[in-house]
Amino acid sequence: MKHATIFLLYVSQYMKTRLTYRIDMAMEIMSDLLFQAVNLIFILVVFGHTNMLSGWSRDEIIFIYGFFLVPFAIFGAFFNIWDFNERYIVKGEMDRILTRPVHSLFQIILERMELESLFGMITGIAVMIYAGSRLDLSLSWYDPFVFLVMVIGGAFVYAGIFVLLASISFWSDSRTSIMPMMYNIGNYGRYPVDIYNKVIRFILTWILPFAFVGVYPSAYFLGREEWYGYAFLTPVIGFAFFAIAIIMWNIGVTKYRGAGN
Amino acid sequence: MGKYIEMIRIRFLMMLAYRTNYYSGILIYSINIGAYYFLWSAIYGDKGEIEGLSVIQMTTYIAVAWMARAFYFNNIDREIAQEIKEGKVAVEFIRPYHYLMMKTMQGLGEGIFRLSFFSIPGMFIVSLIFPIEFSAAASTWLFFMVAIILSFIVNTQINLLTGVLTFFFFNNDGLIRAKRVVIDLFSGLLLPISFYPGWAQSVMDFLPFQAISYIPSMIFTEGFKGSAVYEALLFQVIWAAILIIPIQALWIIAKKQLIVQGG
Repeated sequence: MKHATIFLLYVSQYMKTRLTYRIDMAMEIMSDLLFQAVNLIFILVVFGHTNMLSGWSRDEIIFIYGFFLVPFAIFGAFFNIWDFNERYIVKGEMDRILTRPVHSLFQIILERMELESLFGMITGIAVMIYAGSRLDLSLSWYDPFVFLVMVIGGAFVYAGIFVLLASISFWSDSRTSIMPMMYNIGNYGRYPVDIYNKVIRFILTWILPFAFVGVYPSAYFLGREEWYGYAFLTPVIGFAFFAIAIIMWNIGVTKYRGAGN
Repeated sequence: MGKYIEMIRIRFLMMLAYRTNYYSGILIYSINIGAYYFLWSAIYGDKGEIEGLSVIQMTTYIAVAWMARAFYFNNIDREIAQEIKEGKVAVEFIRPYHYLMMKTMQGLGEGIFRLSFFSIPGMFIVSLIFPIEFSAAASTWLFFMVAIILSFIVNTQINLLTGVLTFFFFNNDGLIRAKRVVIDLFSGLLLPISFYPGWAQSVMDFLPFQAISYIPSMIFTEGFKGSAVYEALLFQVIWAAILIIPIQALWIIAKKQLIVQGG
């Protein structure tokens, strides 16, 4: 209850600050849309030169991309911690966080949220509807619930990986450039994993399980039964990674020494 | 002139202090290039070539485009925006150098650092793993050197332009982000310009973005031959010259109507 109240207070505060610079906010939403369009354009241009990507059609790839956008939007709105190291460790801001009455990670989520990212969910669903209607996909009554579980699982996969990477900063306080680049790697979960070689497929499934934010769960909705096993693993992997990340974070916090004064 | 060279040197040394991070960066870039390699191999399937590029040329293109990006890429737009927001820029006005020139030199220092500690070793490692073709002709390398210097200039000019716009918008993180996305797409980093449909290509001919990534990468992969190389370099030079005008104009207007928000 306490957490929910604090959360809502932060949300209303956030809205006030954002609405002060309206032009900038509009630009930011525009740039998000643009970013989503860029990836779509990439797919469209590529399929201007080929019909199939190792057995997957254009519309299927677009559908995967649409699905990916939804958990990614949730992740982007609440887990904006790619500059955690610089912002909190190097500048010593973590000291302040630790004096707050809520869990340190929750406090950082509150401070760093970017609610306008949630617009990505609308784009994602629109893209899925577009691709789905071209593929004549049929929906059962339980599919929306499955969708919800898959989306939450996917968002947790992303969150887990990034929280884990952020936790490394507790041990090494030098600047690292891994996090921004991890966003690039995250993009490869959007393509069917059978195009990669075994090593990369293994990495994308078990080590940096980005495939669970795109191709695996989408395979369920696309009716690709050969991937169902992986599809249903999505929430499991999501919760497992997030749990490991929280444990690492909690251990890391005890190792934090503080920088500066 | 001496003071600007000193700025390059200082930024270079500053980056050197954090060099260990770059080795992990090379690994991540290699994974990145690798995934693109597989994606493109799947796209090519059994096709020998698309738009005049073979799959090996395509891999080379991707690798060199990313490695060249490490050289021309910088965050000076963000730095300028930050200094304007914090009011630090007021002090910069009274210092005995051109502020924008100083920023460019800092960007160059960063670029030279990444070129020597990131791009060159990175390219070497990537070429061991993936099938990449290096040209044997000295002229290709020479043209490529010229092209990446020009791509640094054009990219930096666009960064300066977005940075200086903070004077007018006060807070322009959105624009900076939008610019980055536009550059990734229209510069040819993700896709060679020749892959786009014809109408899109003719639109892009009127925009400066392909000077940033497409031209140096095509020169490196020898996708451009003969007179096409000279035309491409000319395209870069012309844009580098044109872009000076809006930057200088905005700078003069900004100086007149500067509002320091804090500091």
